[in-house]
Amino acid sequence: MITLSNINKTFRVARRQAGFGRAVKALFSREYELIHALNDVSFSIKDGEMVGYIGPNGAGKSTTIKIMCGILTPDSGECNIDGRVPWRERIAHVCEIGVVFGQRSQLWWDVPIIDSFELIRDIYKTDEKTYKNSLDELTMLLDLGELLKTPARSLSLGQRMRCEIAASLLHKPKILFLDEPTIGLDAVSKIAVRQFIKKLNTEHGTTVILTTHDMQDIEALTERILLIGKGRILLDGSLDELKKHSSSRKTLVVEYTGVMPTTSEGMTLKEMKDGRLIITLDPEILPVSDAITHLAAEADLTDVSVSGITAEEMVAELYREYHI
Amino acid sequence: MKLYFKYFSIHLKSQMQYKATFFLNFFGRIVMSFATVASVLFMFTRFNQVDGFTVSQILLCTSVVSMAYSLAEVFARGFDIFPRLLGNGEFDRILVRPRGIIFQVLASHIEFLRLGIFIQAVAVLLYAIPNSGVIWTGDKIVTLLLMIFCGAAVFFGLYIIYTSFAFFTTEGLEFMNILTHGGREFGRYPYVIYGDGILKFLTYIIPLALIQYYPLLYLLDRAQSKLYMFMPIISLLFLIPSYSFFLIGLRRYKSTGS
Repeated sequence: MITLSNINKTFRVARRQAGFGRAVKALFSREYELIHALNDVSFSIKDGEMVGYIGPNGAGKSTTIKIMCGILTPDSGECNIDGRVPWRERIAHVCEIGVVFGQRSQLWWDVPIIDSFELIRDIYKTDEKTYKNSLDELTMLLDLGELLKTPARSLSLGQRMRCEIAASLLHKPKILFLDEPTIGLDAVSKIAVRQFIKKLNTEHGTTVILTTHDMQDIEALTERILLIGKGRILLDGSLDELKKHSSSRKTLVVEYTGVMPTTSEGMTLKEMKDGRLIITLDPEILPVSDAITHLAAEADLTDVSVSGITAEEMVAELYREYHI
Repeated sequence: MKLYFKYFSIHLKSQMQYKATFFLNFFGRIVMSFATVASVLFMFTRFNQVDGFTVSQILLCTSVVSMAYSLAEVFARGFDIFPRLLGNGEFDRILVRPRGIIFQVLASHIEFLRLGIFIQAVAVLLYAIPNSGVIWTGDKIVTLLLMIFCGAAVFFGLYIIYTSFAFFTTEGLEFMNILTHGGREFGRYPYVIYGDGILKFLTYIIPLALIQYYPLLYLLDRAQSKLYMFMPIISLLFLIPSYSFFLIGLRRYKSTGS
């Protein structure tokens, strides 16, 4: 159980020019700029939940994750994770969590992965049986077999990410924090990572908190979404609820031969290019079937496709709506 | 301690991955560090004595300080490059692992390359031991060992201070090099030759003289008091303020995250 209540965090960012003299002076007096990274953030996450934490860059996602990991201390507010305050009982707390920072590696670069894993086992004082057990399982699920003997530096990004995730789970944490786990991965690796996370959550009941910019991650994985912007939690709900929030606008792509059809009321022409039109419409004003009938009457249509709003567009719309 | 050896072996394995680089660098450093010795020797082609010390006595001093310094460099490398750990997020990783922070920073980097200087210093020491005119007895050997290991500890303390500054500012840390590199370079000669002011500074503020000048006097029988023999142990007190400073820096890091 994770509970955050009224967490505030303000950073004082020092402003100064470069240079030795300035640097020495800056040790004694500085000018600061205040940045409200988190503003009265409260939410709670039950055991075994899978939560997607989204928001634009600089919204406060990483700060929240860092507070929950015990790396940062908030200015005010309370954070309680399984009965512990992360930054007060650092060591006891970190034994129960696993953290993957998508952009940073925790593996030792020049030695085979298995050596890194064994060192991590010793750092966490994981007993041999548990270690063996989780290593076997992770090797199977993440298809690590051959990779274990390879040094991290010779792995591809996708392979390395699989190893990173495994490294964070060797001690069987109850909570897993994933900070952009699919960043820079190819489609196959992304799918592999997603499937694994899903499985981990359903089979072991591991609580997963995931930050990402990839909406497909969210669609594939999380039932619950937390949207943060400018340090505030703006929305907390399921993906479907979020979809209801945004417009039901449809996009129509039409290919035709002969004369170009004209648009009628309710349609907006987005793009036209030799024999192809992209039109958006609001089905409340003009139903899709009527629109197609109208267009078909005007020209010879060779192909028509209709699509709803994508998760990506939806989030972009939300960001606009909240001015973040 | 067992865990430290695990880290140790991983670092050794990593660095052995680049064997050519390792050996070239390793021997390069040995050769380079002889420049330090050469500069002392050149000095003595002009003078027979510096402040009453003979060339072998000076070399004794030089080698003790370089040994201490290189030990700190090899084993406390993580502190030496600490701003990098902060910058690339390695320090955040340290904070999410269930082990002591100082321990993890220490274990995060071990630079075997720098052992080159240590080996060179041993060679110089082996030359200086019989030629320095010291009458070696049991307690003098203890004194010598104290000088080396407590010396490493003082340099380590300096690194910790350097690290603590890194929590506050990422630029302008060069001035710390005056104390670390400077301490070693100046340490070629007994600190007394730089004058009273510097000697006082190195006695009461940064206790480098406690591991070099005073016990040297004891070795050379210029001072009889046992106090001089145990001066290096007193220098360990320096670790208290350094560690406190580190804790202050850490608290600040945890509240600023940068």
